[in-house]
Amino acid sequence: MTDTTVTGQASSTEAHSPGIIRVLVAKLGLDGHDRGAKVVARILRDAGMEVVYTGLYKSPNEVVNAAIQEDVDVIGVSLLSGSHVPLFKELGRCLREQKAEHIFVVAGGVIPEQDYAALLESGVDAIVPQEARADLIVMTIKNLIAARGRI
Amino acid sequence: MTVSTVSRPVKRAAYVPSIELVPDVLAGSVLAIARMISRAESGYEEAAQALAEIYKHSGKAHIVGITGVPGAGKSTLVSSLIKAFASDGYKVGVIAVDPSSPFSGGAILGDRVRMNDAAQSCRAFVRSMATRGNLGGLARSTLQAVDILDAAGYSPIIIETVGVGQDEVEVVTAAHTIVVLSAPGLGDDIQAIKAGILEIADIHAVSKCDKPEAAATVSALKGMMALGTVKASAGWNTPVLPVSSISGERIDDLKDAIGRHWMHLRESGELAERQRSICKKRILGTARHLFQLRFNEEVEELEKHIQAVVNRDIDPSVAAHRLLGWDNEAQAT
Repeated sequence: MTDTTVTGQASSTEAHSPGIIRVLVAKLGLDGHDRGAKVVARILRDAGMEVVYTGLYKSPNEVVNAAIQEDVDVIGVSLLSGSHVPLFKELGRCLREQKAEHIFVVAGGVIPEQDYAALLESGVDAIVPQEARADLIVMTIKNLIAARGRI
Repeated sequence: MTVSTVSRPVKRAAYVPSIELVPDVLAGSVLAIARMISRAESGYEEAAQALAEIYKHSGKAHIVGITGVPGAGKSTLVSSLIKAFASDGYKVGVIAVDPSSPFSGGAILGDRVRMNDAAQSCRAFVRSMATRGNLGGLARSTLQAVDILDAAGYSPIIIETVGVGQDEVEVVTAAHTIVVLSAPGLGDDIQAIKAGILEIADIHAVSKCDKPEAAATVSALKGMMALGTVKASAGWNTPVLPVSSISGERIDDLKDAIGRHWMHLRESGELAERQRSICKKRILGTARHLFQLRFNEEVEELEKHIQAVVNRDIDPSVAAHRLLGWDNEAQAT
């Protein structure tokens, strides 16, 4: 417990690094299967990220409020229920309404390819296919943040 | 077929200088508060001036520390307290600390699972924080986050420590009121922790009092305190309160006890003493951290001393004095 931001402190990486990546792993709506979400949380932790997990059955509005307070870089949503199109639409709407569009949305789970366009349209930044390996999930998030830069 | 991600193009974001966020923080903007906490956590030099400004506006909030063994029910209790304080009209802030991995530096911050509903329905500000290598039960920037919430008008501000082990009594020098939460059915643990953790309590709470074993834990705690091993502050009798977050039983008693302790601190003048010790600890902690950072920069100098100590030319104490530029004193000792 010290005050880390004191003038004159070393900050050699400051100019380049956006700091430790924070991710909110969320389960939206009536989807009670969170094994996948927990596996992803663990993968991201092992990649050096700080992962906040919301628990099950969250509404898009709740997820956005949590993401704002936690100041996460990314909301990662795992959906297996088939109701991804309306839920991501609502999530995107809540992000815009709360002026939190700087937070990336990454979708995973069971998402048929024919729905990709609709999701990207409603504010999803990246869709990770279900057969993706751990490093692809990590790279997807790192690439988004590298492109955005420090905020 | 290669598996790849489908994504939208990303716009480069503009960096808003921290000092420009200060008015929004003071006005209570959740977005600004959250961002400022992140910058304090990351230790951005650019944020130092803004944090200094925010510090001037802090000092009003009642800071409550909640600590206890892993699984005692700290997060669940905090969730109940958020609701209890919010129903009295308080704007509650919470900093919940969880450990970072010593290997990857990453963390799973799980406290929010328990608190999300309360945060949502009560408009409380709940922030999860990873220790980022700091020992002692808190993160290095926990108190800067508390300053930010304090300046934004939150009170009480509850700090939930990591699950305690041996050395996690740092919360004593961070909070005004310390609640130590014990779980029933862990008789051995009570024995194990009595040397450190039990002594720091201003209020003892026993969780899961809907379980029959809780009564035994309550009487064990009361018995231990009657033995006089625990130093109480003058004019304050440390209560032992059984609570149940599931049934909501006696949560209000705990809330009232926290309020009474705050009143006691202010009326007895002990508050000024605690404020001083919090400030002292922060100055010294920061100084220690700055030293560490300086040594990290002076790698060559450090390497030279390491080699000299390995060669047995000088001993570690002399090397440390030289590193600090205190050569003369090193010779004297």
